[in-house]
Amino acid sequence: MDFDLMITSFPKLLSATVITLKLLSASLFFGLFIGLLFAILRLNKNPIINKFAYGYSYVFRGTPLLVQIFIIYFGLGQIEYFRSTFLWVVFKEPYWCAIIAFALNTGAYTSEILRSAFQTIKPGFIEAGKSLGISNKIIFYKIQIPIAIKQSLPAYGNEIILMLKGTSLASTVTLLDLTGVAKYIISTTFKPIEVFIVAGSIYLFLTFLVHNLIKFLEKKYSY
Amino acid sequence: MNIFKKTIFTVLVSLLLIGNVYADKVKVGTEGAYPPWNSKDASGNLVGFEVELANWLCIYAGHDCTIVEQDWDGMIPALLMRKFDLIMAGMSITAERQKTITFSQGYADEVAQLAVMKGSSLEGMDTPSGINLSLGGSDVKSALKTLTGALAGKTVCVQTATIHQNFLDSGDVGSVKVRTYKTQDEVNLDLAAGRCDAALAAAVAFTDYAEKSGKSVVLVGPTFSGGAFGNGVGIGIRQASDSAIGKRDAQLLKDFNAAIDTARKQGKISELAIKWFGFDASM
Repeated sequence: MDFDLMITSFPKLLSATVITLKLLSASLFFGLFIGLLFAILRLNKNPIINKFAYGYSYVFRGTPLLVQIFIIYFGLGQIEYFRSTFLWVVFKEPYWCAIIAFALNTGAYTSEILRSAFQTIKPGFIEAGKSLGISNKIIFYKIQIPIAIKQSLPAYGNEIILMLKGTSLASTVTLLDLTGVAKYIISTTFKPIEVFIVAGSIYLFLTFLVHNLIKFLEKKYSY
Repeated sequence: MNIFKKTIFTVLVSLLLIGNVYADKVKVGTEGAYPPWNSKDASGNLVGFEVELANWLCIYAGHDCTIVEQDWDGMIPALLMRKFDLIMAGMSITAERQKTITFSQGYADEVAQLAVMKGSSLEGMDTPSGINLSLGGSDVKSALKTLTGALAGKTVCVQTATIHQNFLDSGDVGSVKVRTYKTQDEVNLDLAAGRCDAALAAAVAFTDYAEKSGKSVVLVGPTFSGGAFGNGVGIGIRQASDSAIGKRDAQLLKDFNAAIDTARKQGKISELAIKWFGFDASM
């Protein structure tokens, strides 16, 4: 075991963790909006809207994240027409391709989490609001959303942890995130075990932080 | 000895025996994704210059061989973990790698060159047709200067853990943006997609891709050798040690060095090189 290598690679891996966290926060940010939008669409009574939202979540939950990122990065890049559109400015960059893939993926899972949270709200809460003469809009924002957030916290915490580990796939599209830099160090030192132990420990520590943050929020929002 | 102990003993002994049977078979690791050096045909069989050469060398060396596949970025670690005994994967003999493993004598020359898409501003670079970094001199210096100027701010794509990555990282051509990929296939895809301004690899890897895909990939600048590019392609092998496996490795090195001599004398290396590369890359 090469402990010197573990020590010297640590600062390099730590600075790569910044990229990992950027990827994670950007994809969670966009993913939450996508998730909320599609959760509302799923609850829509119109069968076409409903089926469309279901189709989205079915496709993105039913295919591996690696395949999604490859289709978005390598796949779209092969279409000559696509490269001539303005979208190429965004899709040319591996960083944005990764965020788009991650956001769409986590958005699909988040929509399911939020949908089930909305559906578990007891009709009594909404009826109570209505009987007090509160408008539907206020009921949605002040009653349904807070309860849904509370209900979905444990599942969403899980999703954050899954997404954190999912960001390691960014290294497959040339990004130098935590896994990317680990692989880069291995490519010159040929010592995968030492470097991956350090990288793995950083992931573990980040998971620990997320886990505790969610636990804290769960306590805060318990009633 | 009760039955339980007997069973354990029998299992252990048989495992040891099986281990020995396997140990006699020489395993050759290759990537299977670097045509025409080594690749896979449509039905998934390993083919290519090195796959055929490996079979011939094993015959000359009098060893029973199997060829196994291994991703390029894990090639040297897998050799060290004894997943196989020899590397034949277009791997150049470099000082960097010799810190970790050892090499047989070289069997072929890998000529590295930059590639761009037709119409690129990098076309028509004014450099000598080939430079040897080990020799140095004014020719090499002025060529590197031209390259540094031409590549400034450009994105150059390479496969990870290659001599091509080492060269770009060395700073010989200034601070280009280096993008690394797991396989040469992905480098080719992104070069064609326009994400890379240029790519660096074995020249034959690009001509092979241009031929098969019909994309207008063109080679530019000088061919590179020496320095970070090493001294030809050889068989990678674990460094000898006093253990039983270490002694076997030392014997393998001796056997395969002799086998390369034989293959060279019989013209086998040249024959296979012409078949797969279109020119004689033997050494």
